[in-house]
Amino acid sequence: MSFMPVILLSDALVFLLLAAGIACAWYVRQREHLLLPWRRVAQSATAMVSLLVLSLFVLVGLLDTLHYRVALPEKNNGETVYSPEVLSVFDKLVTPLRAQTEKTYSAPLAVTLYAKESIIDASGNVLRDYPRLRYGGSHLTDVRQRDSDALRRGLAGALTGLMLGVLIVLGSKHWFAQRGWPVRPLSIAILIISVLIGTTASLATAYHVLGTDKVGQDVLYLSLKSIRTGLIIGTVTTLVTLPLALLLGIAAGYMRGWVDDVIQYVYTVLSSIPSVLLIAAAVLMMQVTIDMHPQWFDTSASRADLRLVFLCLILGVTSWTGLCRLLRGETLKLREMEYIQAAQAFGVSPMRILTRHIMPNVMHIVLISLVMDFSGLVLAEAVLSYVGVGVDPSMISFGTMINAARLEMGREPMVWWALTAAFGFMLVLVLAANLFADAVRDAFDPRLNRTESVM
Amino acid sequence: MIAYLIRRILYSLPILVGVNLLTFALFFVVNTPDDMARMQLGIKRVTPDAIAQWKQQHGYDKPLLLNSAASGTGKITGTIFWQKSASMFVLDFGYSDDGRNIGREIATRMWPSLSIALPTFLVGLVVYITFALLMTLFRATALDIAGVALCVLLMSVSGLFYIIGGQFVVSKLWHLVPISGYTGGLDSFKFVVLPIAIGVIGSVGSSSRWYRTIFLEEIGKDYVRTARAKGLSELAVLFRHVLKNAMIPILTGVVVVIPLLFMGSLLTESFFGIPGLGSYTIDAINAQDFSVVRAMVFLGSLLYIAGLILTDISYTIADPRVRLS
Repeated sequence: MSFMPVILLSDALVFLLLAAGIACAWYVRQREHLLLPWRRVAQSATAMVSLLVLSLFVLVGLLDTLHYRVALPEKNNGETVYSPEVLSVFDKLVTPLRAQTEKTYSAPLAVTLYAKESIIDASGNVLRDYPRLRYGGSHLTDVRQRDSDALRRGLAGALTGLMLGVLIVLGSKHWFAQRGWPVRPLSIAILIISVLIGTTASLATAYHVLGTDKVGQDVLYLSLKSIRTGLIIGTVTTLVTLPLALLLGIAAGYMRGWVDDVIQYVYTVLSSIPSVLLIAAAVLMMQVTIDMHPQWFDTSASRADLRLVFLCLILGVTSWTGLCRLLRGETLKLREMEYIQAAQAFGVSPMRILTRHIMPNVMHIVLISLVMDFSGLVLAEAVLSYVGVGVDPSMISFGTMINAARLEMGREPMVWWALTAAFGFMLVLVLAANLFADAVRDAFDPRLNRTESVM
Repeated sequence: MIAYLIRRILYSLPILVGVNLLTFALFFVVNTPDDMARMQLGIKRVTPDAIAQWKQQHGYDKPLLLNSAASGTGKITGTIFWQKSASMFVLDFGYSDDGRNIGREIATRMWPSLSIALPTFLVGLVVYITFALLMTLFRATALDIAGVALCVLLMSVSGLFYIIGGQFVVSKLWHLVPISGYTGGLDSFKFVVLPIAIGVIGSVGSSSRWYRTIFLEEIGKDYVRTARAKGLSELAVLFRHVLKNAMIPILTGVVVVIPLLFMGSLLTESFFGIPGLGSYTIDAINAQDFSVVRAMVFLGSLLYIAGLILTDISYTIADPRVRLS
């Protein structure tokens, strides 16, 4: 089956970010003094474990970023027609999760629907009972076998996961130790994660592990798909924040005078508007523009995607002011230092002073503020989607999941799994990001005095 | 002092002008009033007549910046900018899409907002500072580490979870208070107590950690050593000396939000059905009522600037060394 690769706008931005990240990593690797703080991060057990968790999330997100459209079997005058549905490599990997949709709600690991319906049995009688699911537990002949079957599958999966985990740990232990990474915490984390993944994967072949939502979609699939949206909001926003804050902050601090006045004026105006309101206003106006120009988009995915990129843009515009203020202050302080004055006396051009002497000395502020902002942005997405100014309702995200599940709280008995799953995945992602950010801050903040040498 | 304040207020005028121009550009230049009319009336099958009528009804049928058809001052005053944007400087917010006076709505709706936001703010302040001081008291012990870990955990939970979880446990399982609603007067206690509690718990993590950092920075200073050398107990040192000296950074972060309390909280109010400014804003966003959103943006920045001025005044009260001139 042929397919057509699709690069949505956000995909392109993710690839750009990835390239920039790899370039930075390569640059840092060459320079021992830049590596030093990262070594400190690598020694911290919490940092490395949270980095492991984060990289799993990033892996899912990246797989979900490689998009394509499948060719349809029928041809139009010899020309291949592609399906309007945009899929990703991740969708392909978990095809059963995506395709096996039920009629409506079903509880985690359930074999029947959540509400009673009228069923016509073989002899033609109508009775009210819980109908069996189309896919969840459909291999069972008797509903009562569910518990033992799920237990058996879960245990088998956990064992397989454990064995794989042990293999990974044995294989990588020496490598960790060589680099001075915390071996024990990392090994334990790898074991726990592989057991979890093994159990889930084994159960997911026959059941809906986290249940299904109102239209019968698998909640586990939705949660995994939400990861990409959250990660994009958290990272692509920095593409806007970083150039604005770095350029304007340093310019204001170094040149002072009217440049400083103008830049200060701009960021005071922007920061004086409560950010939710500014985002709401901008998203509303963007929505009008998008609705007025349906001809811009060939698929609904590209429309939702443009809205996501726009949202990142707007979040970036509202959030660069804090970093800009910090950088301006730091530059003001740096430009009075003797080494800058010496450079000026030697006749070094201002451009060179900025790039060579000032920029490297404010980079720790940039890095700390970027990693600290990430978790806030992931959380903000959920709130904004609730307010109605977040991502497109057709785009799967933690916000849209919570929004859809919120109304189910009133049902009796309660539909709790979609909410729990969204909050749970979000908690793990944000907690890992927060812990990692703390370790990065501790390692890079020069105000925290360290005398111990790390070599 | 008075002269300083007058100058400060004059300085903030250009910022308000900037906010005003920005919202004007956002709401009228990015999308023309025609686009908005089409949006409100439904995208398809809209006749030009219907658009013209909608624009006339809502006062959008004038030129944006310069009315060349009018004469005299009418050239300036007969424009959308003058009537919709510049008028906000005299707190004339115009009418919402359903024909109500936005200024009057704001005046009545800010009291329910305040009845939630003010207690949340005050209780929160006491709780966060006490918690942070306790962590500072037990600094570098297992208690402190546990406290910080708890803070990080609490910070990582979505704010929506606190609201949904709190409503579920307290109202649905335990039936202690109604899920949502509001009445005026003292009866409203049962409606506001849960939103206040959730508001306080919702930011206990980030706030306490922030205060703890401030206190830890103070505790290394010389006056603390002197106070200990005098034989003061650690508690007295913390609550009497450190707290007072940490006042300037605390005030910097805290006073600026006081005026914004009038605006209420979008999430809390809409979940708990409080008829305040927060839910007003959310309803306006959902109904795409641009005039209300515009008014709230302007009001929000006005209150924020008031908060900045209040912060300056509060410095002189907290620290006699600071003189405004």
